[in-house]
Amino acid sequence: MIIGLNLIFPEIFLSLALMFLLILGVFKKNSSNLIFNLTILSLIIVAALILNISSEDETSIFNASYKIDNLSSFMKILTILSAIFVMLTSSKYLKLLKIFQIEYPILILSSILGMMVMISSNDLIVFYMGLELQSLALYVLASFNRDNLLSSESGVKYFVLSALSSGLLLYGCSLIYGFSGSTNFNEISFNIADNQYGITFGIVFILVGLAFKISAVPFHMWAPDVYQGSPTTVTLFFAIVPKIAALCVFIRFLYVPFLEIIDQWQMIIIFLSIASMILGAVAAIGQRNIKRLIAYSSISHIGYALAGVSTGTNEGIQSSITYITIYVIMNLAFFSCILMMKKNDKYYETIDDLSGLSKNHPILSLSMLIILFSLAGIPPLAGFFAKFYIFTAVIERSMYFLAIIGLLSTVVAAFYYLRIIKIIYFDPSKEKYDSDHSIGLKLSLILSTLFILFYFIYPNSLIGIISKINII
Amino acid sequence: MNIPILSSLILLPLIGSLFIFFTKSSEKKYQSSKYVALFISVANFFLSLYLWFLFDNSISDFQFVEERIWIPGFINYKVGVDGISILFIILTTFITPLCIISVNNTINNRLKDFLIAILIMETLMIGVFCSLDLVIFYLFFEGGLIPMFLIIGIWGGERRVYSAFKFFLYTLLGSVLMLIAIISIYWMTGTTDIEKIYEIGLDEKFQNILWLAFFSSFAVKTPMWPVHTWLPDAHVEAPTAGSVLLAAILLKMAGYGFIRFSLGLFPIASDYFVPFIYALSLVAIVYTSLVALMQEDMKKLIAYSSVAHMGFVTLGIFTFTQQGLEGSIFQMISHGLVSAALFLCVGVVYERMHTRLINNYGGVVTIMPKFAIVFMIFTLGGVGLPGTSGFIGEFLILMGAFKKNFLVATIASLGVILAAAYMLWLYKRVVFGDLINKDLLKMVDLKKYEIIILWALAIPTIFFGFYPEPLINTVEVSIKNLIETHNLTIQMSLASK
Repeated sequence: MIIGLNLIFPEIFLSLALMFLLILGVFKKNSSNLIFNLTILSLIIVAALILNISSEDETSIFNASYKIDNLSSFMKILTILSAIFVMLTSSKYLKLLKIFQIEYPILILSSILGMMVMISSNDLIVFYMGLELQSLALYVLASFNRDNLLSSESGVKYFVLSALSSGLLLYGCSLIYGFSGSTNFNEISFNIADNQYGITFGIVFILVGLAFKISAVPFHMWAPDVYQGSPTTVTLFFAIVPKIAALCVFIRFLYVPFLEIIDQWQMIIIFLSIASMILGAVAAIGQRNIKRLIAYSSISHIGYALAGVSTGTNEGIQSSITYITIYVIMNLAFFSCILMMKKNDKYYETIDDLSGLSKNHPILSLSMLIILFSLAGIPPLAGFFAKFYIFTAVIERSMYFLAIIGLLSTVVAAFYYLRIIKIIYFDPSKEKYDSDHSIGLKLSLILSTLFILFYFIYPNSLIGIISKINII
Repeated sequence: MNIPILSSLILLPLIGSLFIFFTKSSEKKYQSSKYVALFISVANFFLSLYLWFLFDNSISDFQFVEERIWIPGFINYKVGVDGISILFIILTTFITPLCIISVNNTINNRLKDFLIAILIMETLMIGVFCSLDLVIFYLFFEGGLIPMFLIIGIWGGERRVYSAFKFFLYTLLGSVLMLIAIISIYWMTGTTDIEKIYEIGLDEKFQNILWLAFFSSFAVKTPMWPVHTWLPDAHVEAPTAGSVLLAAILLKMAGYGFIRFSLGLFPIASDYFVPFIYALSLVAIVYTSLVALMQEDMKKLIAYSSVAHMGFVTLGIFTFTQQGLEGSIFQMISHGLVSAALFLCVGVVYERMHTRLINNYGGVVTIMPKFAIVFMIFTLGGVGLPGTSGFIGEFLILMGAFKKNFLVATIASLGVILAAAYMLWLYKRVVFGDLINKDLLKMVDLKKYEIIILWALAIPTIFFGFYPEPLINTVEVSIKNLIETHNLTIQMSLASK
């Protein structure tokens, strides 16, 4: 047996399950429901397998091109859990849109497989392979509602721009290989000398590609259109799951080979971070469509996560990971609320449709209130702690400029979150929505809202796990 | 002491609000949830009185300290009281039940939610006054924005949305800078525990900038000129109970913050910025008093008078004298009682006539004699007439100010005259004069619950006016200790130069 094969058992299981489900779906008629349930089941099994193999020590396999450590285990579990919740919220929505087909869970599974490879990758080629696997699945998912013009448009748009960014990324990989003589992260770090501009160019190209995947400004243009055009559950998937993997790659790519030359990339990350925070906050103010608004809001949230990455310390990485975790939970909660806005089998997605929601749906609007204040970062909700950790890490490095810009843009961002709250609570009531939601949707809303609300009681629940992640 | 009395004070209203949240809501049940809220808040008031009873006046240390690990190695949940904070806790627990009684008829829709918001507000306000950790303080301080935003926005008047946004964004903008300062302090000293930071002391180089960051938050909340503009809007649009909470307690958070944090943590910077604070306070006292004179809306007039009164408070705090600081605390308590009562008085007539314009009133004394009496008491309290609590506070502050700077004190004294002008003129125009507006005849005199609330506020106003001992005794030792350490630090820093 090849050494270390047991360590990638989760990935192997996932690919086998993926193929099996694909075959099952093709040969068995009307098996969508079954495949949905089996997908959730196999995701749970994969999560269990990952927990099973995760250990305190970090291990590398396949000539150190694939790494299993605390970072990879945590990020994989987070990816899979969020995918499970996306699946739980999806089924009813897809049924109503008449796109409840077997391809949906299978595409999600294959993109998850790609992300798992990305998260563990310690080598440029492995990383690129994982990235493309997840991207290809995502292009199809974006245009999943193929009879809808917007959805098809978003799929094509995402494909064209993403392919371009992948090309740039690949070019960066080749530059780095050319100047360092290796594609392995650890080996690259031994081979870099000072003032190798080729390496710097390579880093820049790769960062452009990654920034595109994570939708950081100025590579964010695709996000609002794709978010708006895709079916809502796919938007939810876009908003949370690929970001986890991309952030993980960001961390691993910058910290393993290039920590020594932090001066060369730190300013780039700081720029991406500040630009995303400001643009995300300002551009969201004018939006009428909730999904577009969430696109801009997620751009600004990514800015905060990147602020943590820019510090070059373990605390910074941990704060980034904490941020992305809480961000995932908040977005999951918010999208669950949006998926509840349906009447007579039609889903509503402009902000004005929320008008006076609190009259007819007190519980739903209360959870939205909590989620929105949390997104705005008001204590004592979870969103505040996310920002608090980021700024603690940033100020430790005396990057006051970044901290002040970041906190001031939270005030701007607070404005548009407050505007939604205003529409929900202060405006006259308009629509009364159906209340026959699926259990999965209710479950994901309740769990995530409770987490946001009561996180402050025992913050160590999350920090305790994340503080074990040491990459430097 | 085995009972964690401070944590119970903080948690009791929260538990009450959860209880109300989970009771079934129907129109009839609203009344019962009101009684629950009232019961909880009164119980909390007695608990705080018990705390005062147990409190030892003669030591300046923090008492009833509770400490629990919250985020290991980073932040501990730590609460405790000293002579300064205990009075604010009692003020909070005293005002909250009155607010709850006062919503009798004024809030018609979503009474249940309103009660929940008020109780959560109480939890957060008590938390602000007894937290001994900077991050915990910040959590309580900022958390208060959420319920207050909703109170103004949902139950407010016509321009409530504008006012609620203005309130929220102004205060948030001020506070985020304080958050940066708090985190910086953590990295400088390795702790956010206030007592420990008092001991360690902060580097002189950074004090000024940190002081400014804290100032930006407190100045907005106080509110000091020129960032006071949110206050008149928020007051005018908020429902009566909201205005009362805002004026009586929320503004005091900033005054308390100045004493506890600006003075305690940054003694040298506080000394450095004295002229700055004096200037802003004087502008607040004189300018906003003049603005108050010109107001046509009763609530706006009282709001501007609040700004002027808080100007006295900041002036007194930064005299660093025993009298000035005691006076400031006294003035805050007194202003808490008087302005709360004045807003309730406006609420009383507004509820009957649905107008706050002074011109629509006149000759109310013939229709509502009982109202005229209590309104008189509070008007005089606002003026600072000897025999009301307002006098003691202003007098002590001016005494402290005269010790330090004659000119400043003289200009501040102008404020007292102006206060008499706008308050008495308001009283004259509303209560006396001819009864021109015939609609006023429909007004009925104070109802039983209104009498209870207003006299509950009037009695301490007069009592502390004649007998300020209990309050002064409580704060005396803590203030003395604060001033001594302050002077010592200043001397040491001068000596080292």
